Amino acid sequence: MFEHVPLWPTAASSISGWVDALYIFLLLVSATMSGLIFTLVTVFAIKYRKRPGRHAEQIEGSTMLELTWSIIPFGVMLVFFVWGALIYFREHTPPQNADEVYTVAKQWMWKFEHKEGQREINELHVPVGRDIKMIMTSQDVIHSFYVPAFRVKQDVLPGRYTTIWFRATKPGTYHLFCAEYCGTQHSGMVGSVVVMEPRDYEAWMSGAGSQPLAVTGQALFSQLGCITCHRSDNTQGRGPTLVGMYGRPVLLEDGRTVVADENYVRESILEPAAKVVKGFSPVMPTFQGQLSDEQLNSLVAYIKQMAQPPSGQPANAKGMATATPQP
Amino acid sequence: MATEAVVEQGERETYLNAVYGLKSWLLTTDHKRIALLYLISITFFFFIGGFFALLIRLELLTPGGDLVTADTYNKLFTMHGQIMVFFFLIPSIPAVLGNFLIPMMIGAKDLAFPRINLLSWYLYVAAGLLMMYTILAGGVDTGWTFYTPLSTEFLTTNVATSAISIFIAGFSSIFTGLNFIVTIHRMRAPGMTWNRLPLFVWAHYATSLIQILGTPVLAISLTLVALERLLHLGIFNPALGGDPLLFQHLFWFYSHPAVYIMILPGMGVVSEVVCCFSRKRIFGYKAMALALLGIAVVGFLVWAHHMFVAGISLYAALIFSLLSYFVAVPSAIKVFNWTATMYKGSIRYDTPMLYAFGFIGLFTIGGLTGLFLASLGIDVHVTDTYFVVAHFHYIMVGGMVMAYLGGMHFYWPKISGRMYPEAWGKLAALLVFVGFNLTFFPQFILGYMGMPRRYHAYPPEFQILNVLSTAGASILAIGYLLPMVYFLWSMRYGKPAPANPWGAAGLEWQTPSPPPTFNFDEQPVVTWDAYNYDEIPEPEEVPVAH
Repeated sequence: MFEHVPLWPTAASSISGWVDALYIFLLLVSATMSGLIFTLVTVFAIKYRKRPGRHAEQIEGSTMLELTWSIIPFGVMLVFFVWGALIYFREHTPPQNADEVYTVAKQWMWKFEHKEGQREINELHVPVGRDIKMIMTSQDVIHSFYVPAFRVKQDVLPGRYTTIWFRATKPGTYHLFCAEYCGTQHSGMVGSVVVMEPRDYEAWMSGAGSQPLAVTGQALFSQLGCITCHRSDNTQGRGPTLVGMYGRPVLLEDGRTVVADENYVRESILEPAAKVVKGFSPVMPTFQGQLSDEQLNSLVAYIKQMAQPPSGQPANAKGMATATPQP
Repeated sequence: MATEAVVEQGERETYLNAVYGLKSWLLTTDHKRIALLYLISITFFFFIGGFFALLIRLELLTPGGDLVTADTYNKLFTMHGQIMVFFFLIPSIPAVLGNFLIPMMIGAKDLAFPRINLLSWYLYVAAGLLMMYTILAGGVDTGWTFYTPLSTEFLTTNVATSAISIFIAGFSSIFTGLNFIVTIHRMRAPGMTWNRLPLFVWAHYATSLIQILGTPVLAISLTLVALERLLHLGIFNPALGGDPLLFQHLFWFYSHPAVYIMILPGMGVVSEVVCCFSRKRIFGYKAMALALLGIAVVGFLVWAHHMFVAGISLYAALIFSLLSYFVAVPSAIKVFNWTATMYKGSIRYDTPMLYAFGFIGLFTIGGLTGLFLASLGIDVHVTDTYFVVAHFHYIMVGGMVMAYLGGMHFYWPKISGRMYPEAWGKLAALLVFVGFNLTFFPQFILGYMGMPRRYHAYPPEFQILNVLSTAGASILAIGYLLPMVYFLWSMRYGKPAPANPWGAAGLEWQTPSPPPTFNFDEQPVVTWDAYNYDEIPEPEEVPVAH
């Protein structure tokens, strides 16, 4: 009978078990607490019901009791807090070698671009057992990337990147929902995440003859003339060199330091004057309105790749972890 | 004593028959008459909002989007939310029961500013008319949350009129809060010290603080939305250099405390009812009053828990998660103390008490599921799903509407001078409780399964739970219609109510039902604490009309 009454979602990511365990703990504590209250209310209502000759006994209160039923529940709540926070930090700390998928959300579709260049709409193919980092932005309103089977959700904002990561643990096809109300076809902004065995995934990957995102970005980098100022041959251009820059702290003209992450690179292309690197003048023109989100993504992918050693291997290649710059 | 009051009923002058005619109502400054004006207007909006809810539930009976179009569906849940929050829940207990009772509970003739009280109602009506215009002109589909840049740049519906309507309703709410605060400070009868105030009054004091401190921020955010729409200022739109998250911070800075506007007055009602029908002093008066204030104050510090997946920093999320647990402590105290109040009482199961039982149960579930949402790792999965929908309906409907109905039954003899039919009252309370749980409990499961909220169509595996929910909603609808019918019936056919049918403590029960225009024939002097049930004789038989 119960196969027709779904009561529990499929668990298909490395984090699902954590979330489910905490959820079950919360359910047990809640059942205990509400069971206690319901039992007391019921027992009192019956035992102390009005009967002939019955008189209420007045009790003013008890500070000790009140402290007890404040402090003990609060202690339990702190467990909810710490446990929940641990999961949240794990969800927001992508492993360094995660495969990156650039995502552009728009009313009402999901566009994915793999690092290797494959593009997909409303369908995302990922291999089982590999860490996937979603780098997401929206072309219009706020959307939210939600895969219930993975227990992950992250709003996707216009004008900046947000990220989330997951590692699928079970092959299958899972719902992808937009979880933030985004207008008319909000409930139509759905798709699926297809988790494949690595071999099937490789086969699927090799099917399309597309070029890697960073290569697209490199071509664009030359075509837009970025390369004339941001030189990669160890000569000083008018702009700072981008070789080895990504992922490191950058000292700014106003004395602040920012880590060069996806959002910093994006902002520096669209609003070059916002955070100028120390020792340079704000002479770069803005590219606001001249680049699509897809083009921006490819530039970001290329600039990230410039931080890798000159072997030019994609960041997801095995054994690259040691090459990640240390702050 | 009880029979005397009944005998007098015929000739005695009351606030209802002192003056006649439409003008005497529309220009009244009597807090009791204004309360009745509010009662009629919020009931109107309750049924409009409820009608939208029913259409939503009917659409969700099947997975496909087949009853209404996607745009219509989006308008239905938007207007259901806006009407229920701003035109029913926020004014419900404060503007009706609070208006009617606060002056009487503290031994005053009226509120401090009777004309401003009337102005509050007119602002409410103006806002209501604009909202009706918004609906008739095609509606609005922003969601009650008005998230930018969707609301500012992408929708072509009547966003501005609905924002202005809520802006005006906000001022109605601010004026009511201001009136209550000044009244409670300045108009208490001799002997009515702060430590003797009924918890209903404390609850409204706490609520009023939120209304006057929080609502202006809502006004600011809605004004900015309207300006951004008209002038493209670039406050929230990232394409113009704005920040869409700024809107969420502003909106929730009001709208989270507003959740407490929608529960604290209910807690006040439940305290009155539980004490009366247990014949007990409240357990831990001071803790109960402090808990109300504590919820109001800490409630201002938790807004960003609505934004854990919105793209705020990890550390902000951490702090707002922790603070959210702080607000749970006073809520827990309240539930435990109500339960302890019943201990060794002499408990009667009249309709108001049935609603109070329901409130305690449903508020407990609503509160506990709030702990799930405050836990970051769980929130990521269940936020923006039906889990959240179920959670806040347990608080707002299971809590506030139950308390409102309980309060209406408790005070109906005082308001109308008539008893409602008790058997029908019990039946309706049962229907509301069963219908409510059947409607909203399945939504917790749907939410953890992953069904997003605000979905016009959904994958077929969610259907069975949605069918249960829709079935529950129809039971709930009958449960809500019944009291409206028998309250109206009782105004003509109900048995006349004595001054104090329940043998309840409090000044409001020491004046006839319905009260005279200036509430008391002579200035009351208070020499007792609230809930002095050991000093009040229990009524032998409550007069009930069958």
